Amino acid sequence: MLGRTLREVSAALKQGQITPTELCQKCLSLIKKTKFLNAYITVSEEVALKQAEESEKRYKKGRSLGDLDGIPIAVKDNFSTSGIETTCASNMLKGYVPPYNATVVQKLLDQGAVLMGKTNLDEFAMGSGSTDGAFGPVKNPWSYSKQYREKRKQKPHGEKEDSDWLITGGSSGGSAAAVAAFTCFAALGSDTGGSTRNPAAHCGVVGFKPSYGLVSRHGLIPLVNSMDVPGILTRCVDDAAIVLGMLAGHDPKDSTTIQDPVKPFTLPTLTDVSKLCIGIPKEYLAPELSGEVRSFWSKAANLFESEGAKVIEVSLPHTSYSIVCYHVLCTSEVASNMARFDGLEYGHRCDINVSTEAMYAATRREGFNDVVRGRILAGNFFLLKENYENYFIKAQKVRRLIANDFVKVFNSGVDVLLTPTTLRGAAPYLEFIKEDNRTRSAEDDIFTQAVNMAGLPAVSVPVALSNLGLPIGLQFIGRAFCDQQLLKIAKWFEKQVQFPVIQLQELMDDGSSVSEIEKLASVSLKH
Amino acid sequence: VLNRRCVEAAVMTGLALNCRINKKSLFDRKHYFYADLPAGYQITQQRLPIAVNGSLAYSVCVGKKPSRVITKTVRIKQIQLEQDSGKSLHDELRSQTLIDLNRAGVGLLEVVLEPDMSCGEEAATAVRELQLILQALGTSRANMAEGQLRVDANVSVHHPGEPLGVRTEVKNLNSAKFLAKAIDSEIERQIHELENGREILNETRSFDYKLGCTMPMRDKEGKQDYRFMPEPNLPPLLLYDTESLPPGADPQQVINIDWIRERLPELPSETRERLIQQYGILPEHSFALLNEVGLLEFFQNVIKETRAEPKKVTSWVLNIFLGFLKQQNLAVNESPVTPSALAELLNLLDRKAISSTAAKQVFEELWRSEGKTPSQIVSEKQLELMQDQEALERACHTVMEGHPQVVMDVKRGNPRAINKLIGLVRKATLSRADPTAIKEILERKLSP
Repeated sequence: MLGRTLREVSAALKQGQITPTELCQKCLSLIKKTKFLNAYITVSEEVALKQAEESEKRYKKGRSLGDLDGIPIAVKDNFSTSGIETTCASNMLKGYVPPYNATVVQKLLDQGAVLMGKTNLDEFAMGSGSTDGAFGPVKNPWSYSKQYREKRKQKPHGEKEDSDWLITGGSSGGSAAAVAAFTCFAALGSDTGGSTRNPAAHCGVVGFKPSYGLVSRHGLIPLVNSMDVPGILTRCVDDAAIVLGMLAGHDPKDSTTIQDPVKPFTLPTLTDVSKLCIGIPKEYLAPELSGEVRSFWSKAANLFESEGAKVIEVSLPHTSYSIVCYHVLCTSEVASNMARFDGLEYGHRCDINVSTEAMYAATRREGFNDVVRGRILAGNFFLLKENYENYFIKAQKVRRLIANDFVKVFNSGVDVLLTPTTLRGAAPYLEFIKEDNRTRSAEDDIFTQAVNMAGLPAVSVPVALSNLGLPIGLQFIGRAFCDQQLLKIAKWFEKQVQFPVIQLQELMDDGSSVSEIEKLASVSLKH
Repeated sequence: VLNRRCVEAAVMTGLALNCRINKKSLFDRKHYFYADLPAGYQITQQRLPIAVNGSLAYSVCVGKKPSRVITKTVRIKQIQLEQDSGKSLHDELRSQTLIDLNRAGVGLLEVVLEPDMSCGEEAATAVRELQLILQALGTSRANMAEGQLRVDANVSVHHPGEPLGVRTEVKNLNSAKFLAKAIDSEIERQIHELENGREILNETRSFDYKLGCTMPMRDKEGKQDYRFMPEPNLPPLLLYDTESLPPGADPQQVINIDWIRERLPELPSETRERLIQQYGILPEHSFALLNEVGLLEFFQNVIKETRAEPKKVTSWVLNIFLGFLKQQNLAVNESPVTPSALAELLNLLDRKAISSTAAKQVFEELWRSEGKTPSQIVSEKQLELMQDQEALERACHTVMEGHPQVVMDVKRGNPRAINKLIGLVRKATLSRADPTAIKEILERKLSP
């Protein structure tokens, strides 16, 4: 049951094959079993069971609220949830309980969704590994999959070291892992530079980034206001479309949302791609791109062509400037958005009482990790009067150029762009941490962050397993506010590639192997 | 999220101050750390404010005579929308500061004036005029003591012909009166410093009421780089006029400057003109009527209910009524005498039912004891003027008979003698006769 899609399980609920409470309990039990993945920071067991109960009452009366009623979902811990601790994986907000729900959370709850818990992330969503949070790193469920283990020629039992576990990617790693491990049917992430698509690719799930302005950011603790969007992680494209239908539309509390309301929609099934034009941006053929990913990308392009679509090479000439531009603008907004954490009104406060300045300094040093502090310092540097023109303004101009690149390409008749999502499959944690957060982010965001600068919709769809048995995803980028069309094409593609289901059977059925891994996990965490 | 009423208030104020309303204005973040600024930044309009290049006219008295006024103008540099911070309450005793965040984030209008004023009085007058304008518009009650209008003065001195000197900012001013005092004392201080070879520091100073001068403020040190950045959550503010309004636009979502302009209420300068035209009163009286909160309304209510001439009403309201108010430090709305009561009193006076002396007595009584009408007081104290012309003639005759020497004095041409006779008649009639009537009768009788 847990392996089904959202749509399937929703039908099962409506038909009475399973009750919301049973479903909720199954998920809670699996969350406990997969605790070593560290995907959840907070598991809201009581709340979930209560919500499941209410949902059950509705189903009994035949008055379910819709497709999401009774469906277990998870939310990244940078969305405010009323009465439930929201930490952003930072010491700064440990113990902080918001008094209100983010608009997207409220919308999900209003549809009867059951909130399983808050998922783990890189601290304040800064990072591409979900490794730099205050609650520890998230482990990629594929580390424990049959597919991966077999390729590594290791026995699933009796391993002394669990040191070869893989990262989930980030920063919405917890959400991606939660969905990949079947503990929920959909999860909210956030996407500022690729934070939903990157972990989706590494965890073999669908990661959808809506157009900027389509979905409300009210209640999403901001990183970069002009680029953040709530992201949706699900096990198939159709599920993402269902969730999008519930979340999109104008929010009076967010002045950056479009004015029009959006109605839930059913994603039509595309059968004929011959009228489509797929663009392949040549600048995305980076030298660091792994041979495997390159080959899958190529195969995908060929697939479209063989089915009659027009596949052409296009150019996004300013691509090479986008990393630097992103860094300037991102750190500037971060420096501004982090100014509110001063220890006075909420969150962590140090013990120093000597003066306000001393208190600020100590609170912020204690509350933020060095990634966050580094970005704040960089951002403040760029915003100084003497630097503003040369850095911030310049970067804004380059941003316009980058956005225009996309506009030109789409105006020339291209429907979607097809690119890789990541350079390669998920890295082992020990490999990943050899480089610092900034370096990794710069590398890993290469295919994803220009999309945030242009505010376009994009989706990462799992394609196939690598030679190591790990998921590889490819990215589709659509025109602004043509999210439905984008998802339609992605759904077609998903059907063609038939990405395999992760085999975690041993995990779910064999109690001993789970406890073995738990023990190993606790060893590696101390390490 | 932008508050519509704030934008409307800004447009109204901009129009009333002859500004150009920017059809597109932008919002920025101004960053600094302070305990009363919970976000670590304030949203303001540094790059492109909502209104610019306006003017404020005010009248200053020249010399002692109240009738000699000249109109001065101070240019308005800009009006911008911004957020308020919280309030800091310093507890020196416990070395702590209490922060009240209730007003943090609330919309403010900042009006920036150019340095066109040259003394405390000019500034105070300009501010008072601004208060009246804001009150007339309904955009603010502009009470300085209650913080509804906060004024900071930037003061500098220079020799004529030279550029402006280094300025200091003076804060903590809670009335127009102290604003004037603070500015004048700061001007004095700066001149004194410069004449003694010292320099003026570009600093923030606070006005000390007890000492009557400005003191440096300790916690605002050094020049800050505010790291201005465009506010990403507020798109540019677009305003329209009737010409540029997009067809089919939702009125809830747009603001039409022309629509607001058409509905601007009467501004103080217009009101003063109108009073002069409508009631024939003097400019300085018109001025005075607007200078006290509620006085104009009081005046107009009295006018409505009385047949007495506006000049009479003006005199009573500005001299007697206002006099009593000031003596007891009351506001117009705290007056024990209602407009109706005064109107009734003036009616009695107008049809000569009582003398003006009696009227003043009645007024005093009205002030002291509530609930009684003027008519009641008049009858209680028997203040009615004698209406019986014959009886009055007889009284005059009697007095004249009884005081032949005084009559002789009058006939001999002594101008003061007749007053004595009048006084005697008044006494004889228990002050119930109109002195004017008495005089008229006596003069008639005494003329050859």
